[in-house]
Amino acid sequence: MASNTEAMRFRRPWSEQELLEQFIKGKTLALARVISLVENEAPGYRQLLSSLYHRTGKAKKIGITGSTGAGKSTIVDELAKLLVGRQQTVGIIAVDPTSPFTGGALLGDRIRMQDLGLHKDVFIRSMASRGSLGGLARATREVSVVLDAFGKDFILIESVGVGQVALDIAEVVDTTVVVLVPESGDSIQAMKAGLMEIADIFVINKADRDGADRMAVELQAVLDLGRRNNDWDYPVLKTEARHGHGVDLLLEHIDRQRDYLVRTGYLKKRKEELLRAEVRQLFSETVREKMERRLAGEGSLDEVIADILEGKLNPYLAVDQLLERVKGAEI
Amino acid sequence: MERKIRVLIAKPGLDGHDRGAKIVAGALRDAGMEVIYVGLRQTPEMIVESAIQEDVDVIGISILSGAHNTIFSRVMSLLKDQGAEGQILVCGGGIIPQEDREKLLAMGVSRMFGPGTATSEIVEFIRQSIGEGMGEAQET
Repeated sequence: MASNTEAMRFRRPWSEQELLEQFIKGKTLALARVISLVENEAPGYRQLLSSLYHRTGKAKKIGITGSTGAGKSTIVDELAKLLVGRQQTVGIIAVDPTSPFTGGALLGDRIRMQDLGLHKDVFIRSMASRGSLGGLARATREVSVVLDAFGKDFILIESVGVGQVALDIAEVVDTTVVVLVPESGDSIQAMKAGLMEIADIFVINKADRDGADRMAVELQAVLDLGRRNNDWDYPVLKTEARHGHGVDLLLEHIDRQRDYLVRTGYLKKRKEELLRAEVRQLFSETVREKMERRLAGEGSLDEVIADILEGKLNPYLAVDQLLERVKGAEI
Repeated sequence: MERKIRVLIAKPGLDGHDRGAKIVAGALRDAGMEVIYVGLRQTPEMIVESAIQEDVDVIGISILSGAHNTIFSRVMSLLKDQGAEGQILVCGGGIIPQEDREKLLAMGVSRMFGPGTATSEIVEFIRQSIGEGMGEAQET
């Protein structure tokens, strides 16, 4: 598996066994390599995940999302510092966008996490979104599984800077923190659908700027009008993450929200929902890939396309025909 | 999923002239690579640890302060300590006297790019060293 994937001049190929051994021993180099294999969907990556899966389930996953420049990386940095202060180990996944034009990416979140880079209990990985439009990369969930298996107590996932949609993060984490700034808008903005609906905790960062208090009050007022779960009081917190102000309070609320999820049984329910979505997605992806490969291999697709071009068939009937051909076939 | 070339761009020391590093980072991004930009005031320890966590193919160090001999030798020895020696392409950019340039190459640095280098030359060098077309080869 690994030798195939890492057929590069500068890379030493690892056998799967060696990789797993080093991973289980807690070697950073092996963790980083496993993440790459998963991120690249290298041949055999699912078996790799499968053999690590029994080690997962302990990590607490926190998502940090919000618009570009709101201070997500700085908040993640401060949160991680507080967590290591509590003797917790931390994995950070920081996602930045891939260019739809060139396929390249500039991943700059580590700039705000300088103090953590050398801490033995912190592992930071930057990910490019690679064409995914939901605010995370397609493999972010799997990478969080790898960090969980590695034994990280907390996993902080920072999304791409998002606007109103891009809500994938809520499908991956237990607790979603939405970071706003005083200029993020009025109460009507807060009532709009999308980003505001996935938050478990709201943070107004850069709270030293004008309008922070007013925004907090307006947001709180909108939240009081009624939300999804009436028994969770959605906190609206003010932070100045650059100076570390207020992030301790944020961590307190993250803990509180977790207690709430456990106490009410929502955590279990939520995990079940997430798992259901994950298995469905994996299943349909697998079926799709196999079917597409089959169609490509058989040349059926070329045949029906030719027929459509000649006017003998249309796209809708073509799909029926293709389905007929793969019916009963071994997937 | 296509495999991307991952590059760490860092600037060690206290010198704040990061324009060159930013230009190179932008050019590599535009060439379709994933660039982890860690910016200014990096120590060799930070550079190597970031490179390992990010599992990069290339480390690019921009250095104008004159401390290149010390910095690169430290980076190379840290890579060795971490068991990553020879697995990551190490290059640099800056004003480096010819005799030092040879010393750096002897240490295992693959290439030093001087003033006036076209960004396309850097892109080409990385692609050729890392192996072009590796993305296609790895599709299942």
